[in-house]
Amino acid sequence: MKENKTYWKGIEQLEATPEFQERSAKEFHEYLPINGNEEGDPTRRDFLKMMGFGMAAVSLAACEAPVRKAIPYVNKPVDVDPGVANYYASTYSMGNEVCSVVVKTREGRPIKIEGNDLSKVSGGGTTTQMEASVLSLYDEQRIQSPKIDGQDTSWDELDNRIKAELASNTGKTVIVSYSNCSPSTQRAIDVLSTKYGNVEWVQYDPVSMSGTLDAYETATGNRAYPVHDFSKAKTIVSFDADFLGNWPNQTSNNRQFASTRKLDDNKKEMSRLYSFESNLSLTGSNADYRDPIKPSQQGLYIANLYNLLAQKAGVSTVSTSSVDNSVVLEKAANDLWNSKASSIVISGSNDSNVQQIVIAINDLLGAYGTTIDNSKSNNTRKGSDSAFSNFVNELKQGQVGGVVFYNCNPVYDHPLGGEISSNVSKAKTSISTSDRNDETTAISKYLAPDHHYLESWNDFEPVTGQLSLSQPTISNIFDTRQAQESFLRWGENSDSYYDFVRAGWSSLATGNFDSFWDKCLHDGVYENGNEGTSSSISVDVASVVSNIVSSSASGTELVVYSNYSIGDGIHANNPWLQEMPDPITKACWDNYLTVSLKYARENGLDYDPERMVAKLVTVSVNGTSLQVPVIPQPGQADGTVGLALGYGRTNAGKVADNLGVNAYQLVNSTSSGLNYSSNGISISGAEGTYQVAQTQTSQTYAGRETVIQETILKEYQKDPGAGRYRPKISASTGKEHPYAISLWKDHKYDNHHWGMIVDLNSCTGCGTCTIACQTENNIPVVGKQEVLNRREMHWIRIDRYYSSRGDEGRENKEAAAENPEVTFQPMMCQHCNAAPCETVCPVAATTHSTEGLNMMAYNRCVGTRYCANNCPYKVRRFNWFKYHDNAQFGDNLSMNNDLGKMVLNPDVTVRSRGVMEKCSLCVQRIQAGKLQAKKESRRPKDGEITTACVKACPADALTFGDMKDPNSKIYKKLKINELEKGVEAKEQRAYHVLEELRVMPNVWYLTKVRNKDENDKVEA
Amino acid sequence: MHAESEVRIPLVTGGKTVHDVTQDICSRVEEKPTKLWMMAMAISLALLAVGAYAVYLLLWNGIGMWGLNKTVGWAWDITNFVWWVGIGHAGTLISAILLLFRQRWRMSINRAAEAMTIFAVICAALFPILHTGRPWLAFYWMFPLPNTFGSLWVNFNSPLLWDVFAISTYFSVSLVFWYIGLIPDFASIRDRATNKVSKAIYGALSFGWTGGAKTWSHYETVALVLAGLATPLVLSVHTIVSFDFATSVIPGWHTTIFPPYFVAGAIFSGFAMVLTLLLVTRKVYKLEDYITIEHIEMMNIIIIVTGSIVGIAYITEFFIAWYSGVEAEQYAFINRATGPYWWAYWSMMTCNVISPQLFWFKKIRTNLAATFVISIIVNIGMWFERFVIIVTSLHRDFLPSSWAMFYPTAVDIGTYVFSFGVFFTAFFLFAKFFPVINMAEVKSIIKATGQKK
Repeated sequence: MKENKTYWKGIEQLEATPEFQERSAKEFHEYLPINGNEEGDPTRRDFLKMMGFGMAAVSLAACEAPVRKAIPYVNKPVDVDPGVANYYASTYSMGNEVCSVVVKTREGRPIKIEGNDLSKVSGGGTTTQMEASVLSLYDEQRIQSPKIDGQDTSWDELDNRIKAELASNTGKTVIVSYSNCSPSTQRAIDVLSTKYGNVEWVQYDPVSMSGTLDAYETATGNRAYPVHDFSKAKTIVSFDADFLGNWPNQTSNNRQFASTRKLDDNKKEMSRLYSFESNLSLTGSNADYRDPIKPSQQGLYIANLYNLLAQKAGVSTVSTSSVDNSVVLEKAANDLWNSKASSIVISGSNDSNVQQIVIAINDLLGAYGTTIDNSKSNNTRKGSDSAFSNFVNELKQGQVGGVVFYNCNPVYDHPLGGEISSNVSKAKTSISTSDRNDETTAISKYLAPDHHYLESWNDFEPVTGQLSLSQPTISNIFDTRQAQESFLRWGENSDSYYDFVRAGWSSLATGNFDSFWDKCLHDGVYENGNEGTSSSISVDVASVVSNIVSSSASGTELVVYSNYSIGDGIHANNPWLQEMPDPITKACWDNYLTVSLKYARENGLDYDPERMVAKLVTVSVNGTSLQVPVIPQPGQADGTVGLALGYGRTNAGKVADNLGVNAYQLVNSTSSGLNYSSNGISISGAEGTYQVAQTQTSQTYAGRETVIQETILKEYQKDPGAGRYRPKISASTGKEHPYAISLWKDHKYDNHHWGMIVDLNSCTGCGTCTIACQTENNIPVVGKQEVLNRREMHWIRIDRYYSSRGDEGRENKEAAAENPEVTFQPMMCQHCNAAPCETVCPVAATTHSTEGLNMMAYNRCVGTRYCANNCPYKVRRFNWFKYHDNAQFGDNLSMNNDLGKMVLNPDVTVRSRGVMEKCSLCVQRIQAGKLQAKKESRRPKDGEITTACVKACPADALTFGDMKDPNSKIYKKLKINELEKGVEAKEQRAYHVLEELRVMPNVWYLTKVRNKDENDKVEA
Repeated sequence: MHAESEVRIPLVTGGKTVHDVTQDICSRVEEKPTKLWMMAMAISLALLAVGAYAVYLLLWNGIGMWGLNKTVGWAWDITNFVWWVGIGHAGTLISAILLLFRQRWRMSINRAAEAMTIFAVICAALFPILHTGRPWLAFYWMFPLPNTFGSLWVNFNSPLLWDVFAISTYFSVSLVFWYIGLIPDFASIRDRATNKVSKAIYGALSFGWTGGAKTWSHYETVALVLAGLATPLVLSVHTIVSFDFATSVIPGWHTTIFPPYFVAGAIFSGFAMVLTLLLVTRKVYKLEDYITIEHIEMMNIIIIVTGSIVGIAYITEFFIAWYSGVEAEQYAFINRATGPYWWAYWSMMTCNVISPQLFWFKKIRTNLAATFVISIIVNIGMWFERFVIIVTSLHRDFLPSSWAMFYPTAVDIGTYVFSFGVFFTAFFLFAKFFPVINMAEVKSIIKATGQKK
């Protein structure tokens, strides 16, 4: 044996050839390009390879994907499942309006507001402002922390300073707010007044009903606005009272009024609405008879109506001058008397004397106890003009030590605002609890920002006996604190407001309080059984008539009104509302002076609808002058002009500031209250031009019966198909119904066949569907310039058509009558079964579903716009620009900042530039509903799947459902008959717009029926 | 009996010899660019640059840079597209149809006309790409290519897809036809070339042309075959373009008269454009002996014929709108003539129907200046025709609520300018570097003996 053993790993090592020895010296035995070629020298090819790799590596590193943070739940909240929506009952409360709602949240973010069907107050509808209010939660312009003199501070510091000041102040402390119907808020303020004594709570309304409330106080001793039930009314007479547009509980008014307008085989009667008004309002445009009057004549008209009715009732008349043309008035009086005890007369006047006659008229008609329930009051209007002007006087005289502006903005929205801002320094302490910057926070020393209502606990009693709870659906986004909690802190009460509200409700519970409370929270509403007491009515008509100031009817009068989007201006910084076209003028992003066609003609204030160019004029009222554009408005009473409130904000945020003019400055503040009309105004000539953005500039439907089909009630009663236009097409077999002729192999639907009905007769035109759709479907706001370019994106629009000046000649057909009838036609994708858009798309980006839906594949769309051109309904919308993440569209708040984006519906794609979009019939809701049913192994039930517009419609004018389901509402309403060539509706009122094209829409319209008499001598 | 045919009027005047022809045409290619050419080229490049900026704005920001809106989804884009396609019709018509009909007068104008066709079709093809919202996808998604998107296919029902096929086929055939015709002439230039570079380039372009009898025989066969192929295309392309409108439901578009009316209009505008360009080329290159008054008169006669066909089509449309009893259709036509776009309608009527009628007068149709002016007027009129069809039909269709106006923006104009930039840049490059007249063919029609007159 050898001494030195050698261990070898392989034959090669044992043999130890020179090649092996050379190789073993290298780490990598085989050829590697980095080491050069096999001779060891790098070759040109290696160099290029390495450089290529290097370039690729560097450029790959350069296009690193942006970091997106997805943070998982450490402890998952019990009820929050990603991808599953939760719904919470709560209460909308901004300004003075209150409504029970259901809030849809996704992953803890409120994204949609819907009506609460359990609420007897609202009836389950919403308004445009409620639908849009979810965006105001995510507004970056909100105040993000408490402030003292504009400097951020802590709540402790703020509380200490305020408490010390309130305790040491001489003079009283005044809390100023809009009308407030929250019982717990009342209690919280009571805590404050117990602590400091001498605390006064002054409530006001931007659009005051003080005169009405005062009239009721005089007549019944109870300063409260009683509940009106329009569903019971057969005749409604409105004097400038826009109960469908801006009135307490507008949601319910729409629902009740629309219910009287529904017609079917079992109900062939409908209510009749008379409207005497100056501006063409939503109410006036829904009226069967409309008489344009000047505001100064309103008292006279009402007094005359009283006399006409008094004669019929056999009670003594009062002495008053008569009106010039009483034809409509007499007709109204006859109808009122014939439908005694089921009639309502309302007036929008803020003059207590006028309102007292209205009360007397209603009393004469026996309305109290039937259509008007004066045992219950609507508590959302409590404001008192005199209390407010007292407060301003006391502030001026230095009698006010501390003033708390509790979520109100009187500097902007009260004509005495200017005096407040110049005298607020006389109060030592001024506090605003507004959750966002406004003109009043600008003059307040302390800012104690409130939560948004979606972050708040609260309770409300909008109507006597009907309670509504509010619960937070998101924890506060900013360092804000609920105003009531601030009151409690300043009142040295350390309860949380949640506990405080609960304590207030403890007396209502029978049995276990927690389960009672949970039930109330779940339902959102509770009836506390308070029946109220009705009080007797006594009005001294003779003496109030003599008080009515009936000015001579010469001179132009200004009528200030609030429109249906911006309203009183609280929502001015909400771009969805700014871009919502006014239902009447179809204008957005501005206010403007509406003048009668005659006035415009005579004064050369013509408007160019093609380029939307208006003339600018200067309106002067009592020394205040404003420069405004003029829009000639059909239906505007001659001798009057109208101007909308809510614009001309100066400190509301980047969307609202400097849009339009502030019409509150033109409201008259007199000793007897606020007067929203003024005479003795002067309008001075055209000094230039201004573009007003409108989404529709044509006035009439140009006599096209294939678009609008209408009739009158008498005709309908004789023949349910009255007013129908039935086109016939000549074929080899003679004249045929368009449906019978087809080159198409029609679609067959085996499972569902979705469809919708639009009842033209109950649509009041309010526009809530437009905003609901915008919220649900992530529809961008494009801004004023793009609306001027006619590129607004709304998926559902409401076409407004006036009746024509005449039937003959193109010009007459296209021009509106001076006092026209109005028809509203909601228009969205008609989901045609033989869709013209589907055949023309070269890349098949728009196709038909197996359930009758016309679908858009955004990813596939290349944007030829051929589909939009070939759409006879012009409902397709193109993404002309990139509307999200684009500084140019900064007003599109919901898509251009991280906070705003929280409102987006994650179930709906945000569309990119260059693609087409349109109504999908809320396909995401249909899918969700079908999935839910599938999970429960059943068919979807009728009504559980609805689209956003249908859910929002306060008037129930829209019906959505499965036309294959014989139990569905849509099936029964249309009386569906399935034919080989498609679905036929046996309901005589049902028609397809542009039926002759045989595109076979899945959206049906029901004829508009006006309750007019035949051969009426009365114009309009 | 002895019969003698009339002495034919020579198609080429000036007693040109075969050598003269080569000399006259080749020298344009061989000479240094003239000042005039340099100026023309500079203007074309300036148009191209301005237009390119507009196109950049369009591509970077979106179609919103144009004046289109929710109601009027096409305006200048498709107007320009149809206009350029129309212009692109004359070349093939002249070369293919007139070749089949043995119209020998075409020989001195077909080269330029075909070149114009190619460039016009390129300009036309720009617009369907540029007008899409997402051109970076549209340019290949419109073709039925196999893909990894699942079973995603193009929609063969869509007239836009038919357009894609029609235009691409027409372009390919026209290009091949034109190029085949160029080969013998390239060979002439190659043979005359004195420097290496030209020799190499024209050598490559002439595909090794030898000029053998067999080669010529092949050449003529191919020309005939291609002419046969191209002839139906002249009729089909604009027919298919008209389907974009004719198959839709929009009043004013949904019209069965469109295919013949569009084809006639296309030939009409194509001849006008050929005249405009030839009159300039003739003057600048002193080709009066090749492009004679005879040629111009012939083309003017075609313009009267097609212009009258177009005029009758306009009147027929009105009659049918009335006769159909369709309310929207009637409105669409009354609105064209009396609505807010009346000026466009009456511009069209004046330019297209009235002005060509002046060519009934021999003095006018043989007058160069008058022909030049009217040829431009016709092209303006034909642009308005497409604008009228597209915009006035869309802007007021079925629902009055959606009625709107269209106002062009600077980018609309810029994009149109861009297409002119492309066209003229290409045309001037052609005029300088390619033989503008088909030497090989022209040589077959000059007097055999070459005696001077």
